[in-house]
Amino acid sequence: MSVASGLPSSPALGDQPDRDRVKGALFRALLLLSLAVGVVTLIALLAQVVLKGGSRLNEALIFHFPSSDPDVAGAQSAIAGTIWVVGLTALICIPIGVGAAIYLEEYADPERWWNRLIELNIQNLAAVPSIVYGILGLGFLVRGFGGLGQVVLAASLTLTLLVLPIVIISAREALRAVPNSIREAALALGATRWQMISRQLLPAAVPGIATGCILALSRAIGEAAPLVLLGGLTFITFNPSGLNSAFTVLPIQIFNWISRPQEEFRVLAAAAIIVLLALLLAMNASAIYLRNRFERKW
Amino acid sequence: MQATDATATPRPVTIRLGATRPRWGERAIAAALCLCALVSVATTVGIVVALAEPSLEFFRSIPIGSFLTGTKWSPLFSPPDFGVLPLISATLVTTACALVVCIPFGLGSAIYLSEYATVSTRKVVKPFLEVLAGIPTVVYGFFALTFVTPLLREVWPGFLGDPPQVFNALSAGLVMGVMILPTVASLSEDALSAVPRSLREGAYALGATKLHVSTRVAVPAALSGIVASFILGISRAVGETMIVLIAAGGTPNLSLNPVEAMQTMTAFIAAAGLGDQPTGSIGYKTIFAVGSTLFIATLAMNIVSIRLVRRFREVYE
Repeated sequence: MSVASGLPSSPALGDQPDRDRVKGALFRALLLLSLAVGVVTLIALLAQVVLKGGSRLNEALIFHFPSSDPDVAGAQSAIAGTIWVVGLTALICIPIGVGAAIYLEEYADPERWWNRLIELNIQNLAAVPSIVYGILGLGFLVRGFGGLGQVVLAASLTLTLLVLPIVIISAREALRAVPNSIREAALALGATRWQMISRQLLPAAVPGIATGCILALSRAIGEAAPLVLLGGLTFITFNPSGLNSAFTVLPIQIFNWISRPQEEFRVLAAAAIIVLLALLLAMNASAIYLRNRFERKW
Repeated sequence: MQATDATATPRPVTIRLGATRPRWGERAIAAALCLCALVSVATTVGIVVALAEPSLEFFRSIPIGSFLTGTKWSPLFSPPDFGVLPLISATLVTTACALVVCIPFGLGSAIYLSEYATVSTRKVVKPFLEVLAGIPTVVYGFFALTFVTPLLREVWPGFLGDPPQVFNALSAGLVMGVMILPTVASLSEDALSAVPRSLREGAYALGATKLHVSTRVAVPAALSGIVASFILGISRAVGETMIVLIAAGGTPNLSLNPVEAMQTMTAFIAAAGLGDQPTGSIGYKTIFAVGSTLFIATLAMNIVSIRLVRRFREVYE
């Protein structure tokens, strides 16, 4: 039309045709809706848990042992079991995970096929379903040649293998964030490779490594599926006394209470979920604090 | 040797750089660190061995053909039936319900965060997604059973047929979708942020709107990474246990109707584990046979996903 009249009416720059503007606004609204799905579900979930379990969040929950009477039942043995299992997992998986990360970042030649294989393997392990680790634990640690039985140590070893890829991946990122000039300066001053790593690299990377380890352990705290297979669901009315002790953990206790038909046990489950979420929140908050307080920008 | 050579010929002494003596401590440390890295390889080998041996024994008594094509699963009844199809169909139904949530909304969140959001919006929204990703699956299971299922039964419109049962695949799948949403969103966002600015600016210069830049430039350029995130999401949905164990029920059911109760592969494994099967019994071996099926399925998806992620990294860096 404008061409036919010979005088092209030049629209002001930046103006879009109405149709495009409407479409753009619609698209933006759809995207916001997508974000809202996650946010609203999270709020609904937290509200549901607090409304249902808030009234049962009392001393009995924390200091009593499980019982068939929902009014006096508590999660004492599950809380103690969680501390035992996750504490032991931390002791085993942090040294191994950080060691593997140091090897892959500082020693391994990424061109070699075996090092590439290790990397691919770790990436894949990070995505293996957690119940498969439970099968591994069941076949080797509980019943097979490990023969440990359904005890704290078997659970910790299984969880160690489960969270190891997360520890390795995050520790590698922390090591990679330390600039090469630090390494080169240490080596130029005559430090051996291990002196360089232990006295320069690790201290500089500790905040990042600690953050990653805390996040990995918070995954371990919430994990139930592999421990269900290891037999952590047995009715436990005592705190673990050692590595060879039978155990239960919070997620398993929660699952046990959810699967009972009485409404009172559902309320109890909701209250225990509040404890579990509070524990996770505390761990995540400390991870964020560590990251913000100690992380250096080079 | 060096010293005698130097005195024999009156040339300037060449200093050899590097360690003058072998440092055994250093070597031991390197070996120990390498051993740590090998733990991960040992884990994979362990998984394969742990699954393979009892599975092979299982398939010696039950032919693999009838296992994969049988339509009835009742391994603990007598006479037992070992047809895995009901478990597979249940896994497919719950996974499909999860994908309905996590693919559109995960991708939508990723596009918004990468293309539209201001720095301050990101700061507010990202923690929500991170918290969502950190919630234990048993809590999601509780939410599906005590909130989503009653809600669905309440608002179920009549023209859709019968309302969902108390245990149903639909609410388990939908909640599972929300659980996976942060994974899909953050991996897709990584892929979108890896697309160079110059592509977007080129499109703007040609007069494209923000909608066009997002949907016709950024998303296609990041497609392999986005697809990788979808595949990883599917793999997580197939392997998720606690939500389906709590909310989808425990009865094997060859049906594609999501409002019915059904038992997935993972839920069967967990339920059989709960039943404390005696070692070596056929009930014990079914755990490993179903576990192998699950492991092979997720392994294939993970490898495709890792490959796709590598490809998009190589193109733009």
